[in-house]
Amino acid sequence: MSRKPFILRNPSVLVFLLALAAFTAAVTLMSEAFGAGLISTSFVKTLGKTLCLCLIAVAMDLVWGYCGILSLGHFAFFGLGGYMIGMWLMYARTEEIVLAASAAEAIPPTAQELSDAIAVQIFGVVGGSELPPVWSFAHSLPLQLLLVLLLPGLFALVFGWLAFRSRVTGVYLSILTQAGTLALSLWLFQNDSGLRGNNGLSGLQNIPGLDDVPQAVVSVWLLWASALALGGFYLLAAWTVSGKFGSVIRGIRDDEARVRFLGYSVEGYKLFVFTLTAMIAAIAGALYYPQAGIVNPAEVAPIASIYLAVWVAIGGRGKLWGAVIGAAAVSLLSSWFTGGQAPSIPLGFYTVVWVDWWQVLLGLGFVAITLFAPNGVAGLIERIFVREAK
Amino acid sequence: MTALLEVSGVSVSFDGFKAINDLSFEIGPAELRAVIGPNGAGKTTFMDIVTGKTRPDVGKVLWGETSVDLLKLSEAEIARIGIGRKFQRPTVFEDQTVFENLMLALKKSRLPFKVLFFRASADDGARVEALAREIGLADSLEKLAGILSHGQKQWLEIGMLLAQEPRLLLVDEPAAGMTPQEREHTTDLLKEAAKTRAVVVVEHDMEFVRRLECKVTVLHEGRVLAEGSLDHVTSDREVIDVYLGR
Repeated sequence: MSRKPFILRNPSVLVFLLALAAFTAAVTLMSEAFGAGLISTSFVKTLGKTLCLCLIAVAMDLVWGYCGILSLGHFAFFGLGGYMIGMWLMYARTEEIVLAASAAEAIPPTAQELSDAIAVQIFGVVGGSELPPVWSFAHSLPLQLLLVLLLPGLFALVFGWLAFRSRVTGVYLSILTQAGTLALSLWLFQNDSGLRGNNGLSGLQNIPGLDDVPQAVVSVWLLWASALALGGFYLLAAWTVSGKFGSVIRGIRDDEARVRFLGYSVEGYKLFVFTLTAMIAAIAGALYYPQAGIVNPAEVAPIASIYLAVWVAIGGRGKLWGAVIGAAAVSLLSSWFTGGQAPSIPLGFYTVVWVDWWQVLLGLGFVAITLFAPNGVAGLIERIFVREAK
Repeated sequence: MTALLEVSGVSVSFDGFKAINDLSFEIGPAELRAVIGPNGAGKTTFMDIVTGKTRPDVGKVLWGETSVDLLKLSEAEIARIGIGRKFQRPTVFEDQTVFENLMLALKKSRLPFKVLFFRASADDGARVEALAREIGLADSLEKLAGILSHGQKQWLEIGMLLAQEPRLLLVDEPAAGMTPQEREHTTDLLKEAAKTRAVVVVEHDMEFVRRLECKVTVLHEGRVLAEGSLDHVTSDREVIDVYLGR
């Protein structure tokens, strides 16, 4: 049909990318490292993390809003991505420290001594002194980066293949994904999981080799990386859903059996979308945790994946920019309320402390959105624009 | 003439209830056939078996010149081999435009990666437009299927079936909810389609069946009660007793 470039046929994508670029530039110009210093380094990190949450929300919208698979386990892939990059960050950082400490000694340590010393440093907290087998590739950045993609991808592929092949759908699939997430988080909590139990991996904000670069600068770099990933995958997601592929997966969402009778292998499409979005979630996690500084099993807890679904529902399912708005708004509000900045409301007989009451507010907001604006914030915005256009 | 579809000795029961009981059925490559029968005669279950939705307990379902065993294929594979199905209630993708609905059905590779990189050529667009003209929806290509009238949805679904270019069309109550003019149009479409392919129409409405002017198969309690021209079967004593006489 029309041969106009993709971006011109989808003006909302262009608007989104420009807004993202403007946002990134504005934050950079107001940061301590590159500009006026109006935004603290910790807030730059919060904004960078928010971009990563927006990215996983895009993945969630693709798998749920477009393909109709309500996965309540995508935060597990996010966490796994964080763990995979965290292993290299921690190993390489510890290696630097051990080497620096032994620099004064006459004889440089052998490879074995080096590895043992690193193991003691990392695993002392859980009473270990050996590198577990899962750390076999931790010395190599390219290998761990590959694992960021491959491990969650493989998990998603195997889980999805088993579930979709048996035609598990709807709420049963959601429960299965929750169970999977819970199992992963419980396993990670164990000290002998080889991933430091409930301590998780820490000190991830210290990027190896960048010792003399201040955190203020590193935080802006990571913000750029997060913005780039969000922009890139937003474009990929928008392109994926714009054509016939999008038509097929929306068909699967609305009437799976009908798509099957048209000759499409529904299971194959679901598996493709599930695995692709798991990998996007993992990339988002790999960018998030160096900004957060720590990843522990609590991050993978089932509730995190439920929050993700809430963000997308509030923002608006089936609209990529809606998912981004939902994730950004709710997660920023959440950190404002729970960070203690929100003023408490004294009622005389009782004081509303937002740290406790924020969850109630979020719950009420979710109910209100579900009742009065089933298409979320994006649906509201569209309704306003359509009314103006008339 | 060898049969395109050959169903022989098929039985299936649900929780002890025999929905299909030793059913045998044959249809040639370019034939129009009406299947009638009272409620619960097994008409829909018969379609479910042919399209792979239901697996029979015993029996054979063979397809085409090489006698492919359909019971070994998945629903999607059966659809790709050339069997299209229209459901009783119109099932179109209401959230998508008429154009998207037809493009989805158009005979093209169904592989995810091929579909991902698929962009409609001018030729594809022309085919969709031609189909839309045939089903009277040429002016509604950009409309969402959800806002079409009931009859238009029925047609859109028939259009999607034709777009699939199947060798066998299974059509479940196509005239339900249509105005008399729409019925006439549907009859013409089905007769036209049956010139180049096999068409099986399941229908309650005898008037509609009469206008199809084709061989009729009467089902009752999961088996074939009578087969032949409409006049032949309607004069059959047994048929009158179980179906028409009441």
